[in-house]
Amino acid sequence: MTKIATTPKSTPIRVLIAKPGLDGHDRGAKVVARALRDAGMEVIYAGLRQTPEEIVRAAMEEDVDLIGLSILSGAHMALIPRVLTLLKKEKAGSIPVFAGGIIPDEDAKRLRSAGVRAIFGPGASLEQIVTTAQKLARTAA
Amino acid sequence: MTGPGRLPSIARAILRGDRRALARAITAIENGDPAAGEVLQALFPRTRAIPIVGFAGPLGVGKSSVINLLVGHLRHLGRSAAVIAVDPSSPFSGGSVLGDRVRFEGRAGDTGVFFRSMASRGAAGGVAAATLETSRLLDAAGFDVVLVETVGSGQVDVAIREIATTRVVVLVPHLGDEVQTLKAGLFEIADVFCVNKIDLPGADSARRDLAELVALAPPGHGWAPRIVGTSTTVPSGIPELWTAVEDHEGFLDSSGTRGEGERHRLATEIVGLVRDRVGQDLTSRLERDPALVRLLDQVVARKIDPRTAADRLRPALRRRA
Repeated sequence: MTKIATTPKSTPIRVLIAKPGLDGHDRGAKVVARALRDAGMEVIYAGLRQTPEEIVRAAMEEDVDLIGLSILSGAHMALIPRVLTLLKKEKAGSIPVFAGGIIPDEDAKRLRSAGVRAIFGPGASLEQIVTTAQKLARTAA
Repeated sequence: MTGPGRLPSIARAILRGDRRALARAITAIENGDPAAGEVLQALFPRTRAIPIVGFAGPLGVGKSSVINLLVGHLRHLGRSAAVIAVDPSSPFSGGSVLGDRVRFEGRAGDTGVFFRSMASRGAAGGVAAATLETSRLLDAAGFDVVLVETVGSGQVDVAIREIATTRVVVLVPHLGDEVQTLKAGLFEIADVFCVNKIDLPGADSARRDLAELVALAPPGHGWAPRIVGTSTTVPSGIPELWTAVEDHEGFLDSSGTRGEGERHRLATEIVGLVRDRVGQDLTSRLERDPALVRLLDQVVARKIDPRTAADRLRPALRRRA
């Protein structure tokens, strides 16, 4: 029988990529955004210098399945937990948050126990990040 | 009319100003979730036909930046505003990078503003399939104005015509000579021309070319497109841009064309919805219905041509409907 492509009921994963705080190094965030795009996700790229309040607001308005935060300034212990707290306040604590950047192991441990679902350092491969993002979005749904 | 007690809970939440419910309903529209139909049905009587201002124009002319400043101006005037910003989906992966939010100031805590990025998901024409219905939800949610940013468009992406009440075409100096302004497409849909980056050299001749284009247009439409110069680096021209949009909205009322336009847009929408449904239904039946499969087989075998097959399908459709 002839096979005809029917319109797929696609529900792409929506992910917010943002850089909280003041550092201007956005190459990593852009590379990750592009990789997630190539994996078929809709990436809302919020860019540089976002406050935790702006990030949570964007996550609400964009109805994302997942939030990725890139941070290289060293302020991760202040900014990332703040995002988690604000999400909980919005009753959106179930949206998984992952982080990337220069985050020392000790801090990473503490962030994980605070609720960050995955943390990627400089050695992480894009494949690893994409696979983890897909897994996190699926478990959240 | 249904009382508020009988509305679906998500519709009630949207009317209450619950932004998360609004965001989720938009996702439902995008994903073709049946729940979206219920919400739209419930909220349609609550819509007020507010101004929907569409922004079209090539990549990088500054549509996002202009919209950002315009939202600031609207807030200054005490009016609430929602933005739908459409960016393209990849034809290869289906993925998308929605980057218009970068230009948008967070305005944390301001409930009079709402910003939603939207992937085109394969729709041609510069907007997504969900854009129109999303603008309707935003209307029902109580926003005073909806601003729609289309995909950075080429010359033919004029689908915004079927959504917006006022169309702003954003351009910059040095996009080409005056012959470009004579070509069909983008230049024809403008109610307002916004020449952005007016601080760049060449701005005067860009405005002059547009003025000539407007002067060449045959009279009789009753509205001559306005030309406004703006800059977003050293903000200027934004109040004037909004005045031009409001003047056009006022013209729609005073000339009585608003109702006509609304009627035309709704008719187009209904036809589009029927076309989608019939198309989906037919596509799946061409796969399964034995009579239709035989018809397709005949075309594949070059016994009949596609037009003849289509003619034969039409009565078949009516029978089953």
